[in-house]
Amino acid sequence: MIHKYTMNGFYIVLDVHSGSVSVVDQAAYRLLDYLSAPMEPACPQELLDKLSGEFPKEDLISAYEELYALYDQGLLFSEDDYAQFADKMVQSPVKAMCLHIAHDCNLRCKYCFASTGEYGGGRKLMTFETGRRAIDFLIEHSGSRRNLELDFFGGEPLMNFEVVKQIVAYAREQEKLHGKNFRFTITTNGMLLTEDKMDFINQEMSNVVLSLDGRKEINDFFRPCVNGTGSYDIIVPKFQELVKRRGGDQYYVRGTFTHKNLDFADDVFHFYDDLGFDQISIEPVVTDESKDYGLTMEDIPAIAAEYERLAKKLIQYRKEGKFFNFFHFMIDLDQGPCAIKRLRGCGCGNEYVAITPDGDIYPCHQFVGMEEWKMGSLYDGSFDLQKKEYFAHANIYGKEDCQKCWAKFYCSGGCNANNLQYAGSVLKSYQLGCELEKKRLECAIMIKAALAAAEEEAE
Amino acid sequence: MKHIKTLNKLGGCGECQASVAQ
Repeated sequence: MIHKYTMNGFYIVLDVHSGSVSVVDQAAYRLLDYLSAPMEPACPQELLDKLSGEFPKEDLISAYEELYALYDQGLLFSEDDYAQFADKMVQSPVKAMCLHIAHDCNLRCKYCFASTGEYGGGRKLMTFETGRRAIDFLIEHSGSRRNLELDFFGGEPLMNFEVVKQIVAYAREQEKLHGKNFRFTITTNGMLLTEDKMDFINQEMSNVVLSLDGRKEINDFFRPCVNGTGSYDIIVPKFQELVKRRGGDQYYVRGTFTHKNLDFADDVFHFYDDLGFDQISIEPVVTDESKDYGLTMEDIPAIAAEYERLAKKLIQYRKEGKFFNFFHFMIDLDQGPCAIKRLRGCGCGNEYVAITPDGDIYPCHQFVGMEEWKMGSLYDGSFDLQKKEYFAHANIYGKEDCQKCWAKFYCSGGCNANNLQYAGSVLKSYQLGCELEKKRLECAIMIKAALAAAEEEAE
Repeated sequence: MKHIKTLNKLGGCGECQASVAQ
């Protein structure tokens, strides 16, 4: 299977099952309209006849020879022999955990999937006892895995920061005893940040996610304080200080775009040009289409055009020596993770679980509050291995739409929770999410092509 | 190669960071 597309003047070909990416000229691009495996060593005469009105014959012959060379190396029309790995998708050790340290929040974001922090179950904070049990559970179920990850999530984690500190101290103690390596992350709206908290976060958290939606009018419309006033002016100086103290690395300023700001590239530029942030993520809202800010399939052309505008600007900036990272345009074409990881994706419900303030276990933070998906409890020792098995098989070869999709090794089957909520099943695809993911991948690959061309020009 | 420029040159240990495009 190949995927070919044009963007920004580039003709791009991805060989799906090898991961090989090529920029081709128009003759090769047109030839590919008629080619599939198995390829003959010489260009078929009927193909030369068919395209001879568009390209000189010698160009077609030499372009075909180059395409055949790729095919011969297994880098074009390579076979899909990954299903064998899908059969190995069995239960894995648990190695990552989302700790819902607070089911409470001091903002009232309009699009919050967590019902303004309480996940439909009332406002509550996690105790250290629950946190301690969570660490013990993770270590106990981690098998031979050395690298363990713990994300402090909410709600707003800073509303329960003393317990965060206690849990980190306990985990640091335990990692030495068990030969583990904990990586902590935290996601915060920044309202309660103080210099002390910044310093603790910067010392202990390997990554920090700072929630902000972009331009002041956008942020303050969607992310008001409890009293209805805007949060932008309170948060921005704190985030700037935290990033400065952090050395400007290992963080994301992360916002949400909705139907109300389909010009979201301007929010990215605001982060970089006006606020000085260079690690940026602005992501599509995932919500019911009936909401006036919800995204629908009709929005896709506008969003796709905006992603392209952002990609072109990112290229222009890089050429000018200005650098910002956009989370969804980051792609590693030089190998990246192994095929098994690509099949498995986020590992929700199998390698990764979420823990509520009550000590209940869920497949991931997006499932919290859906009682039928609860997997167990830290307090009665239950852990539903049947559900774990179900998620172990929810890989891209267990999802019909994904098997035949060109983006499968970069998207890994999408978000199970979104699939469930908006397509009706973990094993089906949330179409809107798929279309946006594919567009972002096309942009990400095009950026690589453009920067490679610019580098070549400079030489 | 006159017509084609290839931009780049596809386990299971589970040690990589929780996420893929890693």
